[in-house]
This record gives sequence, C-alpha cells and structure tokens, in this order.
Amino acid sequence: MARNPAAARRTRGFPYLLVLPAVLLFTAFVAAPGGYALLLSFQRRKVNGGLLGGGTHTVFAGLANYRDVLGDTELWSGVLRMLALGAFTVPATVLLALLFAVLLDLERTRLKRITRLTIFLPYAVPGVIASLMWGFLYLPATSPIGGDRVDFFGQVAVYFSVGNVAVWGAVGFNMIVIYTALRALPAELHESARLDGASEWQIVLRVKVPMVLPAVVMCGLFTVLAALQVFNEPNTLKPLSNAVSSTWVPLMKIYDDAFGNSDIYSAAATSVVLTAAALAVSFVTARIIQSRVQQEAA
Amino acid sequence: MTATAGAGPRDRTAPVPAARRPRRIAVLPTTALVLGALYCVVPTLWILIAATKSRTTLFSTDTYVPSLDLGIVHNIRDLSDYQGGIFWHWMLNSFLYAAVGGLLASFVSAATGYALAKYEFRGRGALFNTILAGVLLPQIVLAVPQYLLLSKAGMTDSMTGVLLPQLFNPYGIYLCKIYAQSAVPDSLLEAGRIDGAGEGRLFFSVGLRLMGPGLVTVFLLQFIAIWNNFLLPYVMLTSDDKFPLTVGLYSLLRHGAAEASLYSLVITGTLLSVLPVIALFLSLQRFWRIDLVTGALK
Repeated sequence: MARNPAAARRTRGFPYLLVLPAVLLFTAFVAAPGGYALLLSFQRRKVNGGLLGGGTHTVFAGLANYRDVLGDTELWSGVLRMLALGAFTVPATVLLALLFAVLLDLERTRLKRITRLTIFLPYAVPGVIASLMWGFLYLPATSPIGGDRVDFFGQVAVYFSVGNVAVWGAVGFNMIVIYTALRALPAELHESARLDGASEWQIVLRVKVPMVLPAVVMCGLFTVLAALQVFNEPNTLKPLSNAVSSTWVPLMKIYDDAFGNSDIYSAAATSVVLTAAALAVSFVTARIIQSRVQQEAA
Repeated sequence: MTATAGAGPRDRTAPVPAARRPRRIAVLPTTALVLGALYCVVPTLWILIAATKSRTTLFSTDTYVPSLDLGIVHNIRDLSDYQGGIFWHWMLNSFLYAAVGGLLASFVSAATGYALAKYEFRGRGALFNTILAGVLLPQIVLAVPQYLLLSKAGMTDSMTGVLLPQLFNPYGIYLCKIYAQSAVPDSLLEAGRIDGAGEGRLFFSVGLRLMGPGLVTVFLLQFIAIWNNFLLPYVMLTSDDKFPLTVGLYSLLRHGAAEASLYSLVITGTLLSVLPVIALFLSLQRFWRIDLVTGALK
C-alpha cells in the first residue's frame, strides 16, 4: 500500500466517506441501543405515593435488577431448558452437517447434486415457517408421522420437537460450509494417502476431517450462538401446545418482561446478561479457531 | 421423524471397501444422503398435501393422501379474501424488506470492506476490531433495546424502523473486506490513479465491479437473513399491514388457536410463502460463493 505523498493527500478524506454509513448505522443501531439497555438495567420505576397521586418516576437502582434477574428461578429454568436443547441440537447439527459433507465429498457417492440442494433448502425457510410446518406434523389431528400415537408435546418429547426444527433448519448451511472446505483441499493429499494403502474411511478420519476442523469449529460457533438465542421455534409452537410456556427460554422471558409485564428494566438487565454470555462464548471459540489456524500455518 | 433420522446409517458407513473400482456406486453413503434429503423435504411435501384439503377435510381425511376436490383453489381464495387480501400484502412486504434491505446493506458492506482493505487511515484498526466484535455479538438480543430506543425516536411501527437496523451487517463487511483484498489488485488501482482517475471513480468502476461476484453472495445472505427475520419486525410493528410474512402467519396461527378453521389458511399461507423463496433460491444457486463464507478464498 505504498503510495506517494501526493496520492495520500488526495485520498485522505475518501476512506472516511466510505465507512461513514457503517459507522452511523453502528452508532445508531448497535452502540446506542446497547448503551441504552445498559442504562435501563440500572434503573427501575418507582410509584409515587401521597399528595402527588399515583404517578411514577424512574430511580437509580444500582445492581438491584441484576440481583433480581440472577435470583429469578423462572429465568434459570429457561436457561436450563436452553442448555438442554443446545446439548443435543449443537452436536446433532454439526455432526450431521459433517457427515453429509464427507459423504458428498466421496467419489463414488451418487445423486450428489439433488441431495445437496435438498438438504440446503431449509436454510431458505424462516424459522417461524419451519416451526409452523413441523407444528402441523406434530399436531395429533393433522400429523402424518404418528402424532395420534406419540405425544410430540410431552414433557420430554417437546425438547426434541423444538430441537428438531432448529436442526432441520441449520444442517444444510453448515453442510455446505464444510463441504466447500473439503473441496478446497488439494487432491494430492488424499491421493498420496490412497497410494500408501489407506482406506477411504481412514482418509476421511485421518486426513480430511482434521484439515477442515477450523470450518467445523466455525459452524459449531454459529450453532452455539443460535442456540443461545433460541426463540422462534418454541414461540411459534406455543399456540399449538400447552407444553411451551411464555417464558420457556431466556429470549421469550425477555420478550415477556418487556411487552407482557412492561418491565423494561428487568428485560434490559436480562438482555445484558444474555449478551455477555453470548460474547464470552464467542470470544472463547474465536480464540480456539485462531490458535487452530495458527497451528496449521506453523 | 426426529433430529436423528438422517443419522441412522452413520455407524454403518464405516466399512466402505478401499477397493479401487471407481465405477461402483457407494450404496450406503448415497442412501444416507437420500435419507437426509427426505428429512429435509418431508415438511414441505406434507404442507403441499395439506394445502389441497378444505377446512372440513383437513382433520378428517387420510393425512398422506392429497384431496382432489380442488380444495387448494378454495383455500387460496379464502386466504386472499382474509381481511381484504392482507396475506399478499405480507408477501409484498417481505420481498420489499428483503430486497431493499439486502441491496442497501450490501452497498454499505461493500464500501466499508473496500475502505478497510484498500486504504490506510486513522482508526482503521479500531473500526475493524469493532466490526469483528459485531460479528460475534448476537444481533437478536439487540432487538428489544432497539425497540425501546426507536420508540423514543417515534420510529416504531414504521417500515423504516424494521429496515434501518438491518442495514448494518458486520458479517457482510467482514466478507467484503476479505473479498476486496483478494479480488481488487492494488496495482490496478495504482494504474487508475496514474491515469488520473479519482478515488470515487476507482471505487465505483473498478472496486465495485471486481467485487461483483462476492457482493452477490453478501446480498443473498442478507436477503435470506431479512426474509427469515422474525423477532425484530415482531417487536417493532403493531399494525398488521406492515407485517412481513413471518409475523403475519404467526399472528394468523395465534388467531387460529381460538378458531380452528383458520388452520387451513395458515397451511395454505405457509405453502405460498415457502414456494417463491425456494424458486428464487434454486434459480440463484449458481451465484452462491460459499468459499467466501468460510474465508477460504485463494
């Protein structure tokens, strides 16, 4: 990027002009709402008594909201449900995506084009619409998959019913990401392994999978972030079944606090806590990816 | 069918023979992929069958067998009559949000990514790090604070309130930066400068043009993201003539919980909302550059 001073002078303002829209948008729709949520999380509404009548005003509450949020058993049950969901949806999504990607990459597999497209398709279906479709597949009166005999909204089954929608929607995109990484591997690598007498399956496990691990970890990160924000699937299945409460997962609880109970201060504090958790997960995973990539480069 | 339906054959795939007969079809891998594809297509197929049934036969006839009494025509007519054709309004809104939002977001991402890749300027490092953190920050937990702030500005329940927050796309900026680095050679920009081209002209006629293929992917990603978005419009909008399909169909389902005859409208609406995106998706599939998503560009 060596340029002569005259050119540098000419271009001085231009890069700022290019980044201006992004900076403005970031300030208005990320930084400001984030800051505002932080501010709200330290406030609460107080009802005035006495001579002034029943008015309210906001007061500084310190960490009281956070104490309430962290001590809220309803929220913790939501967190547990979210973790229980994530505990099988994340591995199921990533492993199925890896499996399908590896199968697509095998030379002698047939019907690649059509199966690849079909598995990718749910990515274009909004989570809400996917939940509607699966909801009718679960509903006893309309179910073609045995909903009249199996209770898909039962105590334990409901987790699998909700998780299934999330996995269904996410496998295809992750499969394509891993498949693309597999296609990018140099052919000489497995050719030489094959000449050494390695079986197709050994090549997959010992050569291909280790080499696309950064892509797999990246898919894992995106899936974990999605799991932390699970909202659409349970929220859409709620009208179809009593098994899903209005505070079933943390984001539903935030929504319920903000709009159901009009307690925006609690909602803000919960948002801040959830964001902090998501950021922590992101940074740890990003670090892992980074060290992997560096290992590979070394 | 549950999340693990496609995983059945996984443990049986292991003994793929290493025989060097390239013509042979790998039966187990192909079968596993076909099962995965079936899992992904079954809900759509069922919704196609269910949409052919009238509201009276929906709950009474065999769930696998489509109705041949032109129920789908009546269903589409009923859906079009529902509240003065509001369903088509939702569909138009969805396309509007996704197309306009996708185009503007791609342009913002392109300009920012190009500036980050091709210019040295003060604050460049800080800006890039902020954007990287933005990639990891879950956008969705911002929806409630964004609503609270936009309600102060009087911008809730407006189409701009839904559109504007989605124009800042940190992931898109990140992809554009990577792509600009590899697709726009510095030497070409230098040559243009020597020929007396201004920086603005270089960006529009050299930078943007060379970034074209990558920008299509950024646009498609953002189009799908906005098309699939639920929480932001759900939080932001109260008047149903501004709803996108996701929020509209969800509200229809909620009414349907009290009035079961609306179920066939929801099912028909779901089908009509899935088909155009799938068609769009299939026709645009050759423009996807997933290698860009993984950062695996050469």
